[in-house]
Amino acid sequence: MSSQSPLLEARNIGKSFLGIAALDGVDFTLQRGEIHALLGENGAGKSTLIKILTGVYRRDRGSIQLEGSEILPETVADAQALGIGTVYQEVNLLENLTVAENLYLGRQPRRFGLLDRKAMTAGAKTLLSRYGLDIDVNALLSSYSVAVRQIVAIARAVDLSGKVLILDEPTASLDGHEVEMLFTVLRQLKAEGLGIVIITHFLAQVYAVADRATVLRNGRLVGSRVLEGLPRMDLISMMLGRELLEIENDHAADHAVTTPAGDAPIRFEQYGRRGSVAPFDLSIRPGEVVGIAGLLGSGRSETAFLMFGIDRADSGQALIDGKPVQLSSPQAAIANGFGFCPEERKTDGIIGEFSVAENIALALQARDGWARPMSAKKQRALAQEFIRSLDIRPPDPDRPIKFLSGGNQQKAILARWLVTEPRLLILDEPTRGIDIGAHAEILKMIEKLCREGMALVVISSELEELTAVAHRVIVLSDRAHVAELKGADVTADNIMRAIATPATTEAA
Amino acid sequence: MRQVLATIAVAFTLSLASSVSAQSLTVGFSQIGSESGWRAAETTVTKQEAEKRGITLKFADAQQKQENQIKAVRGFIAQGVDAILIAPVVATGWDAVLKEAKEEKIPVILLDRQIDAPDSLYLTAVTSDQVHEGKVAGDWLVKDVGAKDCKVVELQGTTGSSPAINRKKGFEEAIASHANIKIVRSQTGDFTRTKGKEVMESFIKAEGGGKGICAVYAHNDDMAVGAIQAIKEAGLKPGTDIKVVSIDAVPDIFKAMAAGEANATVELTPNMAGPAFEILATYLKDKKEPKKWVQTESKLYTAKDDPMKVYEAKKGLGY
Amino acid sequence: MQTTLISGAITRKLRRLAPQLAALFAILALITAISPGFLSVTVQNGRLYGSLIDVLVRAAPVALLTIGMTLVIATRGIDLSIGAVIAICGAVAASLVADGYPLVAVLVAVTAVGLVCGLWNAVLVAFLDIQPIIATLILMVAGRGIAQLITEGVILTFNNDDFAVIGSGALGGIPVPVLLWLAAGLLVGLLVRRTALGFLIEATGINRRAAMLAGVQARFLLIFVYAVSGVMAALAGLIITADIRGADANNAGLWLELDAILAVVIGGTSLNGGRFSITASLIGALIIQSINTGILVSGFPPEFNLIIKASIIIVVLTLQSPALGFIAGFFRPPGAGQPIGTASGEHRAADKAGTTRTDRTATSLSTGERAS
Repeated sequence: MSSQSPLLEARNIGKSFLGIAALDGVDFTLQRGEIHALLGENGAGKSTLIKILTGVYRRDRGSIQLEGSEILPETVADAQALGIGTVYQEVNLLENLTVAENLYLGRQPRRFGLLDRKAMTAGAKTLLSRYGLDIDVNALLSSYSVAVRQIVAIARAVDLSGKVLILDEPTASLDGHEVEMLFTVLRQLKAEGLGIVIITHFLAQVYAVADRATVLRNGRLVGSRVLEGLPRMDLISMMLGRELLEIENDHAADHAVTTPAGDAPIRFEQYGRRGSVAPFDLSIRPGEVVGIAGLLGSGRSETAFLMFGIDRADSGQALIDGKPVQLSSPQAAIANGFGFCPEERKTDGIIGEFSVAENIALALQARDGWARPMSAKKQRALAQEFIRSLDIRPPDPDRPIKFLSGGNQQKAILARWLVTEPRLLILDEPTRGIDIGAHAEILKMIEKLCREGMALVVISSELEELTAVAHRVIVLSDRAHVAELKGADVTADNIMRAIATPATTEAA
Repeated sequence: MRQVLATIAVAFTLSLASSVSAQSLTVGFSQIGSESGWRAAETTVTKQEAEKRGITLKFADAQQKQENQIKAVRGFIAQGVDAILIAPVVATGWDAVLKEAKEEKIPVILLDRQIDAPDSLYLTAVTSDQVHEGKVAGDWLVKDVGAKDCKVVELQGTTGSSPAINRKKGFEEAIASHANIKIVRSQTGDFTRTKGKEVMESFIKAEGGGKGICAVYAHNDDMAVGAIQAIKEAGLKPGTDIKVVSIDAVPDIFKAMAAGEANATVELTPNMAGPAFEILATYLKDKKEPKKWVQTESKLYTAKDDPMKVYEAKKGLGY
Repeated sequence: MQTTLISGAITRKLRRLAPQLAALFAILALITAISPGFLSVTVQNGRLYGSLIDVLVRAAPVALLTIGMTLVIATRGIDLSIGAVIAICGAVAASLVADGYPLVAVLVAVTAVGLVCGLWNAVLVAFLDIQPIIATLILMVAGRGIAQLITEGVILTFNNDDFAVIGSGALGGIPVPVLLWLAAGLLVGLLVRRTALGFLIEATGINRRAAMLAGVQARFLLIFVYAVSGVMAALAGLIITADIRGADANNAGLWLELDAILAVVIGGTSLNGGRFSITASLIGALIIQSINTGILVSGFPPEFNLIIKASIIIVVLTLQSPALGFIAGFFRPPGAGQPIGTASGEHRAADKAGTTRTDRTATSLSTGERAS
């Protein structure tokens, strides 16, 4: 019986955090001798699913069967004992121990109660030789490259678990040669009958090594496909979503963009930074929404970081009203009338213990400087105004912002910038992780601000969102601006095509 | 700088002399460091005493680390010195290096502190007797107050340190048979001026404005100096309203004594090397083992001893 | 309207300070129970005199350090160097006074030295991004060495009554050290609260990255707080040196940085940075000094000093812990927060009464925080 059932089968998995669903009815099936890519944008639910499979989280509902029998791993060690091993992006080994010690950590061979170093060295050597790795196992792990450490981690995980191997972004910090070395190992393990799940956002690598891909979006299963013969476009459209395309983009066509690029008040010319984003040209006019599209890791957020002075550009120049400006820090960007709602709301946006009013006042106070304090009364008045106009709930300016829902936190951060009356507002994933109601409100707000003459840059992985609000869309791939779509060309199809096109050259 | 030059000059003359006279000695001295004024004075006096006797002194500062001391002693052995002086930073861990010295027949003399090692491993130890110091201070007070009642407050050294324990013990022994003298309050002043002053302030308040206190006994002069200021600020006369007796005999207490603000101090002599060199000379001459413990004198100083003169003499020693 | 706003602010402030005030009063009551007369204050030689005054005077160094430390900790930092900075500043002060420089020149020079020490820390923390605990450890270790170089290893004494006034003088009957820490606390308090500095410091402490992305100049704030810390250490160094008329490089300010950190913690400012209250930290410093002085007048043998101190502080911190406030919240009728000042005198003798009080005020603190 067990030879017929899949290696690992998860059915209808659900998991919520504080009432917000992170996974909703997700199915996932892994066969023996299969490399299975798990795909999706940030917040799609990939890591939640992995953590449920490996015993970090407990599922709220659904079933998981390993070789036909139901399992409920409670801890990582539990999952390991069952046969499910994980290797994380940040390799979870101890750099100040030797390779052999890392391989046998917690289960060192003993003789007469003492550590049997000889047995450990021999065991480690045999273990690694299976992976074509012939290194001094008594040298410190830190003396080896990330690729070698990665393989040591895999060797340990496979040796401990032996049935399912889960790799979370294993190639993020490897170069081309090292990636190939890793893939050779994975193919070998696959031939030995292991089931391998790999999370990566490099599509070329997915096609190079994986047999099958399962795509998640917003906590739901989009689909599972055999990769052989699957057009890249189809995979991208699964990841970025197009079911909602009926919310047709209405105003990209309405506003004919008439001013020639040279006259735009905010211009970036050959602006770029090595290792971050290749030099790009971008001009933004008042009353215009420029969308930025691309897959995770394509350089979307990095473009925003450059524009807002968080990272310094090492090429090109920024011009405002025709005059070059130095955007060397967020303060400099703010002084030039920029505002930025970051993607990572918790770590980069909110001041958790501060009240809603204080959070809203922060950017304006920072711009005014410490010597011109805003009274508590004015803070509250400002907050009241935006609580009303943005419908922030609960309508309590004194409540610490950390107790608000994601959508209301996002509105408060939006309000933080609106009080500074910016001429350019950059929004990085403004609707990530917020509920449907707030989602629509924020899109409406973007349109309203635009009508009032503000210039906006919206970065989003939700294509329907971009096509709905953006007049122009810049498409990024592989850390470069590869296309600019205007007017009627702003469609989900075109965006996906633009994303997919250069990927073929990348593979070469 | 001048001192360094002088030392070099002395060393130079000595090395010339040694080629002439076979009598001239080379002695290694491993000092703990310079953590206190007294320690600095001990170093100065040791150098002076060596110079006086035409001894070439090789000096090593261990900066409070035993490993440095052991290294220094090994260095001395390698250089083939005639004798080694050690002011040991801790009591334990000396056996191995002392054995090495013994094998090379280099006599070792301990200065200022005892160690936990078989006494066959060193020639002798020159130290003061801390219990005796406390007793000398107590005896002075007994004599000074005579039959009158006297409430004493005590400023202890750092809680648990051996000078604090021993100096307290000696003082208590001295006053034990005199019912008229009683220690009414005793607290630690951590051997510092600041704490000495703070504790004395609180004693004065706790004892009805200090009127009932007849004397303060401080385990070192620094705390006594702090206590003197506290007494003055409370509107009383130190030395008269409240007698001040302490231990160490650092220069500053003589200034206070000259001003009539301190009454007596017991010297912890920084001259441990003088006796050590004498013993060494005798030993080298007739090869007779000296006593294993040589106690330095715990001299009592009072206003009668021309405190300003003592101050001037001590000032330059590096206290 | 205006008055209700103001009285509302005062109530909030009192509620924030309630646990610290309650702890302070309970400790003073306990000491008075053991040694009566502790609270009596008289005028002697034209100045206030008594154990209570001693507490205020002896608290001066830690109180001053606490002012700077509160700001540093609010930025999620820590300044371990201030004890050593005291030693350096004390050594500089003593050598300048001994060399006959005029008082004003000495004060300016010593304050400048403290400022430079603070800026050194600030550069390491703000520009080289070294963790504060490591960055300030450097000066903590090196500082005493520097001080010893200045004093050449001896206790550098001087005889200058003008300078000694800073340590043991009085102005209008009030000891100068007390005036100094009160003035410094008031000045720095007003500086951070009447400007936006406090607000921006708190934002930086809670989430430095988010604050920077909102345009807050975190580096400037870090420089400011470490500079204040250095200057406060300089003032503490002046007081300690003037007090004993000498600079003791080995012992001046030794371990005081730890007392300052403790005072900040007792004051309820989290070591994780963010919300701070200088007033609460100053009360924390008074609590520590009350315990110190209380032990001295109580007549217990010195072997018990540290045990007594540790036990009382554990009790104070336990009563303040949010966990306990949460538990106590179950037993507290809703809206029963009462002003604290009225009851303070009544429970002098009873330790138990003091405990219950602290209990309840801890609750009102946590609810107060939630409300604001």
